[in-house]
Amino acid sequence: MDFGYTIWIFVLPILSFLAIGLLGTRPALTGRSELLRGRVWGWIGTGAVFGSWLLALVTAYRYFFVLGTPDGHRPVVFGAKWVWMRFSEHLSFDMGILLDPISVMMLVVVTTVSFLVHLYSTGYMAGERGYARFFAFLSLFTVSMLGLVVATNIFQMYFFWELVGVSSYLLIGFYYDKPSAVAAAKKAFIVTRFADLGFLIGILILSYYAGTFDFQTLVSAGGPVLGGPAGRSFMGLSVFGWALGLIFMGGAGKSAMFPLHIWLPDAMEGPTPVSALIHAATMVVAGVYLVARLFPLYHEVDGGAILRLVAWTGGITSLIAALIAMTQEDIKRVLAYSTMSQLGYMMLALGVSGLHGHEGLGYMASMFHLFTHAMFKALLFLGAGSVIHAVHSNLMRDMGGLRKYMPVTHLTFLVACLAISGIPPFSGFFSKDEILAAAFERDKLLFVIEYAVAGITAFYMFRIYFGIFWGRERTYAHTPHESPAVMTIPLVVLAILSVLTGLVPFGEYVTADRTPYHGHINWPLALASIAVGVVGILVAKRFYQRPNDLPARAAEMWGRWYKWTRDKFYIDEIYQFVAHKIMFAGIAAPVAWFDRHVVDGFMRGLGWMTETFSLLIADLQSGRVRQYAFVFMGGLIALVLLVLFVTGLLNG
Amino acid sequence: MIDGVGVYDIVAVATIVFFVGVFGFLTRKNLISLLISIELMLNAVVVNFVAFNKYLYPGRLDGYIFSLFVIAVAAAEVALAIALIIALYRLDNSIEADDMDSLQG
Amino acid sequence: MGERLLFYLLAGLMVLFSVLAVSTTRVIRAAVYLLFVMILMAGFYFMMGYNFLAGVQLMVYSGGIAVLIVIAVLLVHHIEHRVERLSAFEYLWKGAVVLAGMVLTLVSLRQFSFRRLEGAEHATVADVGERLLATGRGGYILPFEVISVLLLAVMVAAIVIAKGESENARNHD
Repeated sequence: MDFGYTIWIFVLPILSFLAIGLLGTRPALTGRSELLRGRVWGWIGTGAVFGSWLLALVTAYRYFFVLGTPDGHRPVVFGAKWVWMRFSEHLSFDMGILLDPISVMMLVVVTTVSFLVHLYSTGYMAGERGYARFFAFLSLFTVSMLGLVVATNIFQMYFFWELVGVSSYLLIGFYYDKPSAVAAAKKAFIVTRFADLGFLIGILILSYYAGTFDFQTLVSAGGPVLGGPAGRSFMGLSVFGWALGLIFMGGAGKSAMFPLHIWLPDAMEGPTPVSALIHAATMVVAGVYLVARLFPLYHEVDGGAILRLVAWTGGITSLIAALIAMTQEDIKRVLAYSTMSQLGYMMLALGVSGLHGHEGLGYMASMFHLFTHAMFKALLFLGAGSVIHAVHSNLMRDMGGLRKYMPVTHLTFLVACLAISGIPPFSGFFSKDEILAAAFERDKLLFVIEYAVAGITAFYMFRIYFGIFWGRERTYAHTPHESPAVMTIPLVVLAILSVLTGLVPFGEYVTADRTPYHGHINWPLALASIAVGVVGILVAKRFYQRPNDLPARAAEMWGRWYKWTRDKFYIDEIYQFVAHKIMFAGIAAPVAWFDRHVVDGFMRGLGWMTETFSLLIADLQSGRVRQYAFVFMGGLIALVLLVLFVTGLLNG
Repeated sequence: MIDGVGVYDIVAVATIVFFVGVFGFLTRKNLISLLISIELMLNAVVVNFVAFNKYLYPGRLDGYIFSLFVIAVAAAEVALAIALIIALYRLDNSIEADDMDSLQG
Repeated sequence: MGERLLFYLLAGLMVLFSVLAVSTTRVIRAAVYLLFVMILMAGFYFMMGYNFLAGVQLMVYSGGIAVLIVIAVLLVHHIEHRVERLSAFEYLWKGAVVLAGMVLTLVSLRQFSFRRLEGAEHATVADVGERLLATGRGGYILPFEVISVLLLAVMVAAIVIAKGESENARNHD
């Protein structure tokens, strides 16, 4: 079966990126024409991604339903594969398109969300300065993300990994005349770069000892990692354990895992559609995807030690993020922390997973949750964007009673909140239930944490829901109105997807060993999780549906704890302290002194010596012919003497 | 062949004249004096040619003919050098060799 | 014996005049001393029996080049012009270097044993002319022609350089 056409999934956004980026940002080309200055660039970008979306859907259909399971499990297909740089006979950088269940699923997720966000942005960004630039970056991001998910080898993945980092940087800093946006862009870039350093070192170690970059070779049971002896070890872990740990560091940076999460809330400075696409649905799941991609290694190497690290990182992240989300005022930040929390769920699910059959429930649940989360979280962000668009503020205290003005946004937002809270039959219920089931079977403590987090999630989501759409009735300077159709259509589509995607029998399609698995709902657990979700919702309803003094009293009662969560557990401050007091003052300053005085001094000394010496001998070139003749003469005599002396002629 | 005079005597005289020319080249400042020194050196070399031809290779004419060529080339060289000296004199109103240092680095 | 004496006389005069040529402060005198040196060299050639070469030396060097230099001196200097001298110190140490080179060369020559290649001598003007115009092996027709062209080119160049820029060309700048 030929999947060669999948290359067009990339080529279309590349073309639109080049077209918009090269032509759309030139005032000379677009300045005169009203048409060109207007929305045409947005429609070009949207059209290209629409094409990719259709192709991705066709690919998914062909892969899952036409190709099926020829020998009991789903095959790995290459849409394209060619050598990019060859180092030796065995080691080369390849580029290609690898199709397996998770990459096909991610293709669908990325193109779906990207297309809807493009469509939404044509309305949301209308009239903004840099409209064409925005769409160029958005297309660039789409290309990079697609390249990441279909990577055939870890190097290609790293390549596109950095490209998504760049596009994320460009889009967070889209309003580059706003200092906070610039600072946020830098923060995101530096923090993820720092994590990527670990990723890169991990790749180098892994590929050095395994002798390959290729995913298929790496994860195969008889491959260099799993087939051979464990190799040398260092501080209790094998080299592969260290490599995987470092690679996970890269994934944790990208997926905003504690303690590398600090960039994600600040990244909300970017335009809201960007937050929906990059910082909720696609890029931030790259870390989860990375772990899933190398899952057999994580599972086997060092008896799963790194996998336990993954699980606990996910669990702690989800708890901390959920606690912080309860008290934030900025709705986008609440959503950002909620994203972190859900990413923690996915990491945890991977961390408690096994490889085969029922053991692999966590892996399946993680991917399932990734899938459903992409839909409802994108919906939440786009809905929030729609609200922000209407009231021109991010802060919850500027909102209230909006359900009358924005019915479509209200309903779709409600669907998303129900989905994330795990209320059946919305999609989040199914995926979250499976994560809880997987955690329950592996680690009771993690299960308890996640169970609590499920309740907290329901609470804070409905807190902002009631805060925005119910709560205090207020009068607005401009009467809010429903967003235009290009913005509401994506909301409706995503809402429908948020309802329906939960009904997909996901285990049929995506499992750790690519063998279909027939899952069933663990009803006692499911009822328990529904119960905690409902409790969360009811508490939020009691607190926020009508204006009352309960929130203030609760805040007072929990005093210190309230302040701690509101100030995000002071993690930013800890970073600040470490960076300023320890790294800058303790390490960087002495090194800078050494550089300035010793290294520079040495170089300056060299320069000074050269200069002095050349000034000294500059007089030799006087331009005076007689002097030259004299030197020539003297040199000739000296040479003849030397020759005579050496040949012995002088002595007869 | 000059009776009682060997090739060494002639070549020694030529050497002395040559080095006198070198000395002149090193110590004179005037361009024309330099030219005179060069002519001295050139003449000394021609004497060598002739003497070697006469004493060492009497059956051949190459040294003879070479000295003819050297004389011809020297004539050309002097003509050109004097033309240059006159042109420089017009330019600078000086023919001191040490003034001609515009090629200094 | 007479020839030997004559040779040493010529050699002594030649060295004397060459030293004078490079040490006199009057350029015009230096040119005349050079003329003397050249004439003495022609004397050498006569003594060696190369009459034609001696004639050429007299005509070209003494008659042409020396006169050319004298005219150049007259063009750029007053006839009584004296060149300034260098310091005694500079004379001394440059002289020392030159002397060292000279002694070195003389010593080397002394130690070198010249070998004579016997052969019947035929150096008449007719022989020289035939060799110069011979085209076969050992013939000098090609250098002869090259030198003719060189002389022509030098004539043209000397005229152009000494003439300087024309008024026309100057106006174009």
